[in-house]
Amino acid sequence: MAPRKTPVVSRNPQLIRGVGKYSRSKMYHKRGLWAIKAKNGGVFPKHDPKPKAASTAEKVSKFYPADDIKVPLPNKRKAKPTKLRASITPGTVLIILAGRFKGKRVVFLKQLTSGLLLVTGPFKVNGVPLRRVNQAYVIGTSTKVDISGVNVDKFDDKYFAKAAEKKNKKGEGEFFEADKEEKNELPQDKKDDQKTVDAALIKSIEAVPDLKSYLAARFSLKAGMKPHELVF
Amino acid sequence: MVKGREGERVRLYVRGTILGYKRSKANQYPNTSLIQIEGVNTKEEVAWYAGKRLAYIYKAKVKKDGSHYRCIWGKVSRPHGNSGVIRAKFTSNLPPKSMGDRVRVFMYPSNI
Repeated sequence: MAPRKTPVVSRNPQLIRGVGKYSRSKMYHKRGLWAIKAKNGGVFPKHDPKPKAASTAEKVSKFYPADDIKVPLPNKRKAKPTKLRASITPGTVLIILAGRFKGKRVVFLKQLTSGLLLVTGPFKVNGVPLRRVNQAYVIGTSTKVDISGVNVDKFDDKYFAKAAEKKNKKGEGEFFEADKEEKNELPQDKKDDQKTVDAALIKSIEAVPDLKSYLAARFSLKAGMKPHELVF
Repeated sequence: MVKGREGERVRLYVRGTILGYKRSKANQYPNTSLIQIEGVNTKEEVAWYAGKRLAYIYKAKVKKDGSHYRCIWGKVSRPHGNSGVIRAKFTSNLPPKSMGDRVRVFMYPSNI
């Protein structure tokens, strides 16, 4: 059936569910069926059914399951990316709470489609490279860095995917040599990406007094510091 | 453990003391432990810590995974009473010898 352009609206308002306001004869008049009949010479117009396209004979399969298998309902849900906290905007300085770089103060660049946050040290300042970090393991501070000079469009989750391992299923003699080769040197283009991103960032960092040494220092709780009272 | 930068120890956890198990006068329920967090004295202050992860770290004679240190992870679940004590649940119940010992209250999963 061709899709209707106007939605079907009933001309018979319901008094209660199942009881319409107008009777059959009144509805006949309201719908104008008398006018349609008059246009068609006293008889209600009849359309012949459209000829069905000749269906190809379906091959009956030999196998069918003994019991009726329930087909699972189709799952049309799409995962939304994690909601970014209001305190975290591009250019915010974040404190990393766990992992190799715990305590480091780091600049937030953008949120990736997987929900993880893209972050950089900058590398020269505190040794943190371009990295992904989960929002739950991060404190957003109120310090902001000007990030307008940095282009982060090329970074996404695929950039950080592990390089596909080469399958070395050869003899055992070659096994040991292969292990030594996979020392995992960072490819040069990733190092260059780091440099380009950091170059623009370091300029805006050096514009603010003390910000560079702030980023280089690590955060730590000291005696008497209560995190529930701290304002970050 | 990766030794990224030796010498700089940062403390990113709050110290806590294990007080014992949730209990009434004559019965105790070891699946929930009571923890006193340093510096937290009212149940309103505990709200910040709800859901934060806890680690009870202890030493053992036998090396496991290359280390003499072992850990039981847990979470802060709710306040206990009015004076800042919290109830916590761990992946496995804390051993009774842990009463009076240190527990680490981390600042993650963070909400600030």
